[in-house]
Amino acid sequence: MQDIRFEEGLNACMNCGVCTAICPAAEFYNYDPRQIVDIVQTGDNNEIEALLKSEVIWYCGECMSCKTRCPRGNAPGLVIMALRGLSQDLGFFVESEKGRQQLAVKRTVGEAIINRGYCVHLDMITPELHPEQGPNWEWVHENRAELVNRLGGNFNGDGPGILRKIPEETLDELKKIFEVTGGLRRYERIEYFSKKKAEELDLDLDEGIDNEYFISIYKSDNGSHTKQ
Amino acid sequence: MKLEGKKAVWSEYQKEIADDNYFYVRSCIRQNFFPGSEVAFLKIMKEELKKDVYEHPCHTTCSGIGYHADVVPVDTAMTVVARQFAMMTEAGYKNYVPSCITSFGLYTEILETWHHFPEVEAKVREYLRKATGREFEKPQNLAHASDVIFKFRKEIAAKAKFKLINKNTGAPLKVVDHIGCHYAKMFPSKGVGGAEYPYVLAGMIEEWGGEVIDYPERRHCCGFGFRQYLVQANRGFSIACSKEKFESMKPFKPDMIITNCPGCPMFLDRWQYVINEMEGKKYGQNNEGIPVFTYEEVAGLVLGYDPWDLGLQMHQTDCEPVLDKMGIEYDPEMKHSLKSGLGNSRIKNLITI
Repeated sequence: MQDIRFEEGLNACMNCGVCTAICPAAEFYNYDPRQIVDIVQTGDNNEIEALLKSEVIWYCGECMSCKTRCPRGNAPGLVIMALRGLSQDLGFFVESEKGRQQLAVKRTVGEAIINRGYCVHLDMITPELHPEQGPNWEWVHENRAELVNRLGGNFNGDGPGILRKIPEETLDELKKIFEVTGGLRRYERIEYFSKKKAEELDLDLDEGIDNEYFISIYKSDNGSHTKQ
Repeated sequence: MKLEGKKAVWSEYQKEIADDNYFYVRSCIRQNFFPGSEVAFLKIMKEELKKDVYEHPCHTTCSGIGYHADVVPVDTAMTVVARQFAMMTEAGYKNYVPSCITSFGLYTEILETWHHFPEVEAKVREYLRKATGREFEKPQNLAHASDVIFKFRKEIAAKAKFKLINKNTGAPLKVVDHIGCHYAKMFPSKGVGGAEYPYVLAGMIEEWGGEVIDYPERRHCCGFGFRQYLVQANRGFSIACSKEKFESMKPFKPDMIITNCPGCPMFLDRWQYVINEMEGKKYGQNNEGIPVFTYEEVAGLVLGYDPWDLGLQMHQTDCEPVLDKMGIEYDPEMKHSLKSGLGNSRIKNLITI
């Protein structure tokens, strides 16, 4: 495993458990970052492979509270990030319900980055996908262009400003960066392994977000993840 | 710890914040949910404080949400950030000011990584050259936009039309400060006041007349958790974190919440609506929610900007209780007007007076 975050985030963990004590995810999920660091530290490939196929590496919220408190200056959150990268690149992420969700992240945030130049865009924050946004958001979303511009924005306009259209030449540069640095390959791996999994589960998986597999991974919860 | 002791701890964590000539990069989240806040920031900087702030039309997302939702590899995120630095270099600026806390954390992480692993910086420079032909200088000064408002909090107070004071009782408003996790939890020395006692918002609150509330879950995450919110099946985690904070702050009877991260105010605002829908529970006084603000919105209110020009109509939890307490006049009829009218003319008057 070669990842700069293993070097940055892991120096001889002494298993004190402070990371678990402060971790918001450990309060909610069946999750213990101390254990994960312990397994990684053993270097046992079989155990690490099991970890990469498991649910637990997907529970962390990457708030990095663990980094603040660790007496050894470790960052279990960075170790988790490295494990998640590995799980996707090796195709192990589709073996867990939480891991399979990475296709949903790729098809929303991931594609927005290279296609629009934003991680998220008002056009995609629909009341259907985001009912928790409340009734006021329905008004905001319906009137988004006028409202943003009324507040001084530049919705899908040229030049600088809020929610401006990112120029095509800029998007071309972003795509080239993703191509050169392995970002596109990560996206392709997520798609490839997700399609294989969809076939195995006999779920339809077309382009976009309106298909059985996407809806399943976006909404399903088998009830085994959280503390009771 | 006694309040005096905390102040002593805060005073030890100061950071250098550039005085002028800022290269400003926008936040994906803030643009979508709080566009009025970025408008207010630039208005305050340029028109109230007469500072030079430049926005390059070709800057993009830093890719930070994708990085922390783990679909964007670290080398890719670093090279996207390197391109942002190239934009700054080409425009002739050295002081980098991101609007987003996730971005601020990512920039800090990358600069620290490059400092400790120069070979990684060299690799990223080669990636950027190959992908775009661009070169870059690293920023001389990196400050979050809330750091900059903190730096000029006294100048803003000197121009204040309103204070964080209840006009009916004369008492300071009780204010919860919520600091985005990636502001200082990863690199405490890079935030004003560090990670345990961040002073960036507390300093604004005190300077503008309010009283900072200390409560047990003050440093707990709002619950964004990247993939924990982005995927619908995981949102129970997100709301549970916010609920833990609301339950913890409720006994202290807060009048309002101020945040410096673009995502946190959205979650703390929306989850109050959802908890009320699910459990019929509200956390503010008089059977109301607790209004949640960005620091730019609060600075704008203090300076007398119209609430609807600041975009407070985009909040789900009503802000009017705080406006009433501060004695700010507003036109309820204009709240959902899509036309620039009364509000904008008020701002223009304020600027030209």
